[in-house]
Amino acid sequence: MAAIQALDVPAATPKGQRVPLDRRLLVGGVGLAIIVLAALAAPLIAPFNPIEQHLDARLQGPSGTYLLGTDNLGRDTLSRLLYGLRPSLISGLAAVALAAVSGTVVGMLAGYFGRWADAVLSRLLDLLIAWPTIFLALALVLVIGPGQFGVVLAIALAELPIFARVMRAITLSNVRGEHVEAARSMGASAPRIMVRHIFPFALSPLLVQFAIAAPLAVVAEASLGYLGLGTQPPAPSLGGILSDAELYLSQTYSAAVFPILTIALLVLSLTLIADGLQKMLDPRGAPVGL
Amino acid sequence: MSVQPASAQPLLEVRDLRVSFGEGESERVAVHGVSLTVREGETVALVGESGCGKSLTSLALLKLTPGGSSATADVLSLDGDDLTGLDEDQMSNIRGKRIAMVFQNPMSALNPVLTIGHQITEVLRRHMGLRGKAARARAVEMLELVEMPDPASRVNQYPHQMSGGMRQRAMIAVALSAGPDLLIADEPTTALDVTLQAQVMDLLQRLQKELGMAVLLISHDLGVVAEVADEVNVMYAGRIVERADARTLFREPAHPYTRALLQTVRDLESADTVDLAPIPGAPPALGQVIPGCSFAPRCPLVFDRCHVESPPLRTVGPNHEAACHIAEEVMSGKGSPDDRV
Repeated sequence: MAAIQALDVPAATPKGQRVPLDRRLLVGGVGLAIIVLAALAAPLIAPFNPIEQHLDARLQGPSGTYLLGTDNLGRDTLSRLLYGLRPSLISGLAAVALAAVSGTVVGMLAGYFGRWADAVLSRLLDLLIAWPTIFLALALVLVIGPGQFGVVLAIALAELPIFARVMRAITLSNVRGEHVEAARSMGASAPRIMVRHIFPFALSPLLVQFAIAAPLAVVAEASLGYLGLGTQPPAPSLGGILSDAELYLSQTYSAAVFPILTIALLVLSLTLIADGLQKMLDPRGAPVGL
Repeated sequence: MSVQPASAQPLLEVRDLRVSFGEGESERVAVHGVSLTVREGETVALVGESGCGKSLTSLALLKLTPGGSSATADVLSLDGDDLTGLDEDQMSNIRGKRIAMVFQNPMSALNPVLTIGHQITEVLRRHMGLRGKAARARAVEMLELVEMPDPASRVNQYPHQMSGGMRQRAMIAVALSAGPDLLIADEPTTALDVTLQAQVMDLLQRLQKELGMAVLLISHDLGVVAEVADEVNVMYAGRIVERADARTLFREPAHPYTRALLQTVRDLESADTVDLAPIPGAPPALGQVIPGCSFAPRCPLVFDRCHVESPPLRTVGPNHEAACHIAEEVMSGKGSPDDRV
């Protein structure tokens, strides 16, 4: 039997081609890293206890002792900001992660099984989307009760449709695909097809959605904190610090401006990361091998 | 060649397979009562134009007809086991293990985000219980079997890193990895260029002999079919209109459609410059009801009875069946281009 040889054998591409790092991703990443490190190192670098009151130094502007000034109870704003980052970051991340996981499952089931499953799940998603995020979260926190757990659950539910819709669309575009039919013709089960033959196609869009949802979650957490529904005083949170400072804006600007700047910096970093990821994972811009 | 004793039961037996879309008034029948028999080790071809229902027939054998359709059969048995009553779980144990399928376009049928090795080991894990290194070693062996160049490194590659011919080899390797008794090859060479077509068909034939499996070849390419098939079924508008062993079918077509199909192929070896004869008209659309014989509107030999009475598939010679009122006359050459002289 004569050996049959393939006529055109393209050279095997080397493993691990490098995709150039997007500049926005780099800047955003550095910004986020600084914020996360500051939150982690709060006990080491915070000059004061965040709930310690200095009644002789209330409502001060930035000075050598109180770098970012003090609030109406004489608490050091810098220390409160450093500690306040923690619930913001944790709630934001936990909420987005929860939304991503549950949204992916919901979207996959709706897209894969179609028919009544899709009809029911999609209408429920529409129901969630119909309300503005904050309003929905507000309503949910009122039902669940204030505190970090309620905030996480509320934001996760509000952001769940973002992930569910992306996953549903990608499932729909793949479920009738030949590679899925081929997998089925080789005996693959429904869960296996979903995990192995559909989910990988959603990875990069889901990652981008994750990066888009993260800053929204941070803003939502700060807003709920501002409304007094998040982390309960005297423990600091970004939204809480801002709401405390609001009443004394005529006496000092610093207690209000610095939490705003911190939130802005955090959201900016996350948004830059989202932009950069989107650019890098965009199939039109991606080199072969990604 | 040894004469094989006629096997008591065929490997695959299908009786009166019907596939339709919709229900009640809006029901559109795509496959009208197809019957097929494939014996062990045999190559059976299912030939027809696009849209004649040949791919639907092959998918129905695996109970994989698309959503919104319904498929029924009086008999659907594999090696004596009745498949009609099996549920989705039980069918998935048969798919890939006892009946496997090679698709037309390997670029879209292979999963672009999994390596070839991964796609083979997935089948090995599912049907053979092989895992880890054993599965991986078997995957390399499978690639060797399909004559993949440099199998040890190709096993780690993704479909887009391979050429068209290699992809089709890879898909054949995936399909054969659990050692199926029946391989359904749905237009396995259509997406390849001509030089590769011959290689892939040679490969399929060699593997069929070595592994002793039966092949159901779905094709519109009569040239390919003439070379490899033992038996040929010609399908038109959801029905089998002629069935015969390959030699008889190509020598003495008994259905005007088969003869017309043969005239659309140029014979490179013959010196005659016979003009290619396209078949006028188009096959009926899905759901279009044609009274009488569904080929009548395009048939050069049509007469009154054809528009009234649908001809059943009947025996017209030894191991030769055709669904035409005047099959005998067609076999003797009536109405062929030579007849006009």
